[in-house]
Amino acid sequence: MKNQHLINSVLHIADNALILGQRNAAWCAHGPILEQDIAITNITLDLIGQARNFYQYAASLINEADNKNETEDTLAFLRNERDFKNLLICELPNGDWAQTILRQFFFSTFQQLMYQKMMHSSDNQLAAIAAKSIKETNYHVKWISEWVIRLGDGTDESNQRMKNAIEYLWNYTGEFFIAADYESIDVAGLKNEWLEKVKLVFDEATLSIPENKFMQTGGKTGVHTEHLGFILPEMQSLQRNFPGVEW
Amino acid sequence: MNHTKEHIYSLLAQVTDPEIPVLTILDLGIVRDVICTQDNAVEIIITPTYSGCPAMDAIAFDIKLKMIEAGFTQVKITYTLSPAWTTDWMTEAGKQKLKQYGIAPPIERSSRLNKLLFDQDEHIPCPQCGSTNTKLLSEFGSTACKALHQCMDCKEPFDYFKCH
Ligand SMILES: [Zn+2]
Repeated sequence: MKNQHLINSVLHIADNALILGQRNAAWCAHGPILEQDIAITNITLDLIGQARNFYQYAASLINEADNKNETEDTLAFLRNERDFKNLLICELPNGDWAQTILRQFFFSTFQQLMYQKMMHSSDNQLAAIAAKSIKETNYHVKWISEWVIRLGDGTDESNQRMKNAIEYLWNYTGEFFIAADYESIDVAGLKNEWLEKVKLVFDEATLSIPENKFMQTGGKTGVHTEHLGFILPEMQSLQRNFPGVEW
Repeated sequence: MNHTKEHIYSLLAQVTDPEIPVLTILDLGIVRDVICTQDNAVEIIITPTYSGCPAMDAIAFDIKLKMIEAGFTQVKITYTLSPAWTTDWMTEAGKQKLKQYGIAPPIERSSRLNKLLFDQDEHIPCPQCGSTNTKLLSEFGSTACKALHQCMDCKEPFDYFKCH
């Protein structure tokens, strides 16, 4: 059972990175200007790479426990919606550039804090992946925070779009800090530091943290919004149509 | 056949980064160890650079090819994540080659990586004219390992191999 918890928590972290990566990848060739197109897709590449490391580890744990033949590919491409454990915020539509930026900002700020904890995990493989990944996430946080400030403290139009994005996304941020039964990292304990970091950037961006308290949950236990049901068929279509196909 | 560690390292010195062909994988500092398990069998342990770097698969393939050419019949590539790769492991020779190639080499130590959010960006010396009157255009460049800067004196934009 302890091992099942570990497997689920590794899958949860992998699913976050994969699904958000899949979402961001849709910006490829559609970014507002070339440099930003390249930046968001580079972040995507890092996320997919991190997902691969976690899936490889999850596959080895599953195969060890159950004598199965899982791989990073079967875990990404052959699991069903209810098996995915990603946070709901990762699967939401990209919306406009402001919405994509704000989602990445909320997520990367959380991911940085989470990796800081995971680096000191007693599980050597998790600690190693976290130590590697955080170097990438540090760059994401810096870049994405600058964009929140640029848009929030920009024109009336960009400021309004950021406010709309906050209105839409805020209710999905609570899930970061509500631990699933399989999580060993004390995510609830990261909340105050996350809020401080968000406030620091929001202050510069002339944006404010909403008052509303209701938070959406469910992703960690496989209860998703309708959006994941559209992401998976597209992402998995090749392996579903041609099982086991390789390049 | 003579397969000392030295010999294997001399072979690895001929394997280059597919995206920055002036750099060998030894310059990059990704080779952690070489183990001759038996005659004509070798295990090469490498550290990935970026998690999602597509060059890693190409590099592993090129290493295998080079070893097979040299007469090895069993070549195993093992990836190790810990300790995480850092640009601190790049050789001085590698940094010079990068500069001559037109890419500014990493100048900061990786301990400086976790910069404070509103820290001033470093002024990276221009690889063309050497001026430090340069600015950051984008933290993310043409590949995962590079950022885009511009020289305000000679006006050339240039890649910076960012500290990692
Ligand atoms: Zn110059």
